[in-house]
Amino acid sequence: MTVSSDTSMIHAVGLRKSFGSKSGETVEAVCGIDVDVRRGESFGFLGPNGAGKSSTMRMIAAVSPISGGSLRILGMDPATQGPQIRARIGVCPQEDTLDTELNVRDNLYIYGRYFGLPRAEVRSRTDELLEFVQLTEKAKAKVEDLSGGMKRRLTIARSLINKPDLLLLDEPTTGLDPQARHVVWDRLFRLKQQGVTLVLTTHYMDEAEQLCDRLVVMDKGVIAAEGSPLELIRAYSTREVVELRFGIGEHEEIAPKVEDLAERVEVLPDRLLLYSSDGEETLAKVHERGLDPIASLVRRSTLEDVFLRLTGRTLVD
Amino acid sequence: MSSTADDGSGALPGTLIRATWVTDYWLTVYKRTWKGTVISSFVTPLLYIVAMGVLLGGFIKGDPAKLEGATSYLSFVAPGMVAAQAMTTVFGEVTYPVMGMIKWHRTYFGMIATPLGIPEVILAHLGFVLFRVATVCAVFLLVMTPFGVFESLGGVVIAFFAQLLIGMAFAVPIYAFTVGLKDESAFALVFRLGMIPMFLFSGAFFPVSNLDAPMEAFAKVTPLWHGVDLTRMLTVGNIDGPMVLVHVVYLSALVVLGWFWAVRRLTRRLTD
Repeated sequence: MTVSSDTSMIHAVGLRKSFGSKSGETVEAVCGIDVDVRRGESFGFLGPNGAGKSSTMRMIAAVSPISGGSLRILGMDPATQGPQIRARIGVCPQEDTLDTELNVRDNLYIYGRYFGLPRAEVRSRTDELLEFVQLTEKAKAKVEDLSGGMKRRLTIARSLINKPDLLLLDEPTTGLDPQARHVVWDRLFRLKQQGVTLVLTTHYMDEAEQLCDRLVVMDKGVIAAEGSPLELIRAYSTREVVELRFGIGEHEEIAPKVEDLAERVEVLPDRLLLYSSDGEETLAKVHERGLDPIASLVRRSTLEDVFLRLTGRTLVD
Repeated sequence: MSSTADDGSGALPGTLIRATWVTDYWLTVYKRTWKGTVISSFVTPLLYIVAMGVLLGGFIKGDPAKLEGATSYLSFVAPGMVAAQAMTTVFGEVTYPVMGMIKWHRTYFGMIATPLGIPEVILAHLGFVLFRVATVCAVFLLVMTPFGVFESLGGVVIAFFAQLLIGMAFAVPIYAFTVGLKDESAFALVFRLGMIPMFLFSGAFFPVSNLDAPMEAFAKVTPLWHGVDLTRMLTVGNIDGPMVLVHVVYLSALVVLGWFWAVRRLTRRLTD
């Protein structure tokens, strides 16, 4: 296996994807992005729905042809070496594509066979992976009887059947309850520790902070910012944030009254966000002005604040 | 970290090899569904041959000159029913089940995330349809044999292979049609305006020369007429060489054109 540049798992320059819509006009889903993912790294695509994350992932998965720019996966060209690339990556899609009428073990076994792996090899990998995602006891259960979290873990196990160098996860924990999310995150941490390169999309800020060494924020098909979660917070937000909740519909008119107390004020439909280096001090000044919010909270900045700053809207809209 | 036995080239041998990697999937599907196919595969042919061939045929004293070489209505209708059975089996296999693989279960999306490409996915699925046609038609021909409707063993064996061609001449284009559909509503029309009229009027049950001239010409354009005529020539031993060639070329052309159409439509459906 040769990888052109030793550490580059994904190398995209000016990558574009456009679709012809029914009305005849062209829809630009990805409008020229540069991405470089290194071996062993955990890399995230962040963005609201429709930002172009999934289109980018499908191109990286060597399934959807690129519309422009250049793309190399594991040093190979997806246009001509699709099967070779796909043999070495794992894909965990957003919507489960498990065969619901087959049992858990058969789902893994059959998927392993799609890679042309010998039957005995697939059987032993199936047992290992069932253990890894804690589904050994469910091996004979039908997929349709599994919980959402179990299905997700099975999908992750399936994406590992070919021992991929690069694992692509599209919204890995969307729709899972908090406990199930933590189980999935734990398994992903273990993979990262084993040296598997992870690339994931998410619109959950906490997920990105937990899992990603480095990430890009995508919006409307372009990259709005790039860096580690901490770097992005430092570059695009303050250390602390004061959240103020007033009566319904009052936020717009109160905003000017506190504008000078913070570096920046963000008006959301249900609250005001005051960005400052010392949240407690800012909150005290708000009270000094005779303003009496229904609720207030001082917290550290998160990626969500970065996102608000960069795109001017909340993530899940 | 790992690799597979495949060289990854997009060349034909690579495609053929990779298509065999889907065999275990289709075996598992068949293990799960074969019991349901037994009635249609074994019992239906027997019911048809008894009802249409023996009992209805007993009333029909047709002019042997008009029976296209058959010595009785029974031996006239038997090959027609085999070819029609090849067709109806295929209609069942490449409509709802194919839509399920794309839309309801998204199985194809899982497949193309692996080294399998679009041609491999299609090839493997149509390979399974071919297997279904082969088993159904083999049983049909075996069930008819005791009724003494076949002139020669060689004719029946070649007729069996002709059923594979007839089956694929329907399977590939209809598969291509299905993979581009957004939902299943068109299938009702496919069955009512496509399959059933062909089943009734393409020469399986009566000579198409009984139709008005324009209707006869129309019947002779349908793939089923070509299939029925080819099968009947082989089973009654009344072979017209040039016509055999016309039938084989016509049916093969449907397979080839259907293939390119299928690859194009499924590529557009799954990869954009």
